[in-house]
Amino acid sequence: MVEYRIDRRSGVATYVQIVQQTKQALRLGLLQPGDKLPTAREVVEATAINPNTVLKAYRELEREGLVEARRGLGTFVRRSLGAAPADSPLRAELVAWAERARGAGLEREDVAALFTAVLDEQFTEHQGHQEHEGDRA
Amino acid sequence: MTDTAIEAAALGKRFRRRGRQALDSCTFRLPTGVVCAVVGPNGAGKSTLLALAAGLTTPTEGTLTILGGTPSEARERLAYVAQDKPLHPQLTVGETLRLGRELNPRVWDAAVAERVVAGGELDPDARISTLSGGQRSRVALALALGKRPALLLLDEPMADLDPLARHQLMGMLLADAAERGTTVVMSSHVVAELEGSCDHLLLLGAGRIRLSGPLDDLLAAHTLVTGPATGDLGPHTVVESRTTGRQLTALVRPRGPVGGDWGTAEPSLEELVLSHLRSPEAPELRLDAPEEAAV
Repeated sequence: MVEYRIDRRSGVATYVQIVQQTKQALRLGLLQPGDKLPTAREVVEATAINPNTVLKAYRELEREGLVEARRGLGTFVRRSLGAAPADSPLRAELVAWAERARGAGLEREDVAALFTAVLDEQFTEHQGHQEHEGDRA
Repeated sequence: MTDTAIEAAALGKRFRRRGRQALDSCTFRLPTGVVCAVVGPNGAGKSTLLALAAGLTTPTEGTLTILGGTPSEARERLAYVAQDKPLHPQLTVGETLRLGRELNPRVWDAAVAERVVAGGELDPDARISTLSGGQRSRVALALALGKRPALLLLDEPMADLDPLARHQLMGMLLADAAERGTTVVMSSHVVAELEGSCDHLLLLGAGRIRLSGPLDDLLAAHTLVTGPATGDLGPHTVVESRTTGRQLTALVRPRGPVGGDWGTAEPSLEELVLSHLRSPEAPELRLDAPEEAAV
């Protein structure tokens, strides 16, 4: 089960935050196929956000084929996302790289800037998709 | 069944024959199942509108349809919590809830009412007169939710609650709405506390509707632009514009793409509301769909 953290000051639309946090949990393997998402009632009671916002986020996840709503039972994860679970070799390589960067005297912000720059360079198409999501925020 | 919770047509209310017009030619439609914020400065007519919807007072002009009937016909299916939370001061908390059950024998949900009261660790034997403002709000909300209404009208419900109680009660309120499809209409002048909780907006100013419709649509209909003070905003409807030195900041309703050197951003709810309040002459915008077009 995931717990959503809603930041009302982030400028990111609330439903987008739920979609992103769900995807993050899928990427990290915290949510796996067959797992149940919290009900709209549970999310709303914990976060005091609008119920229609939660339903909108779940519809978006359903449209992307990540979850499915089973009538009367709830919303369940259909497939996981990405090839980088928390214990993958890629993560270990990234940890090693971060350690080297730190050893070389880079600050947290320097590392983040470098990482973002490389991401932008390598994933231009993906970046465009992200921006599209931001537009609707 | 109707999919309209509240429909107002040229609604007006004047308290004395020659008195001030508290509401003036208000026309809007609110679909069922929404959580609507009624926002506006003091004296804008928020409380008058809610009291009219609750059937506590009658309009002097126009019509108001609640859940497909007149406000008095809908009385059994709506709950209204007034700003001053009127309760019997000499009754205890437990007696107040018992009164709620006896006044609403067919629909009363004791579990819900008790859960709202229990969240505040209120002693059932405490008299209402000994409670703080926030505790009284909690009891008033318990009475309203225990009635299992189809329409919940709340006038400044959270005003005297501490942040923790506010978050908890808003969560309970919205969870209940999520489960039962309750339409919630709540007034407030603290815009920030409504952001994220509401999906509909009714902005009132001087007794008139300034903005009405789904919040996302209203936000999308406006653009915050920044650019040189000499810039021309061309065909767009300017709600508010300010210049600081060489820079111009404006909230506009774009007609066509906003081109040129303008930087654009979507406004927040607070920016949208404040801009309209600072510009009383900006034209009204109604985006609520007519009944035929609704799902």
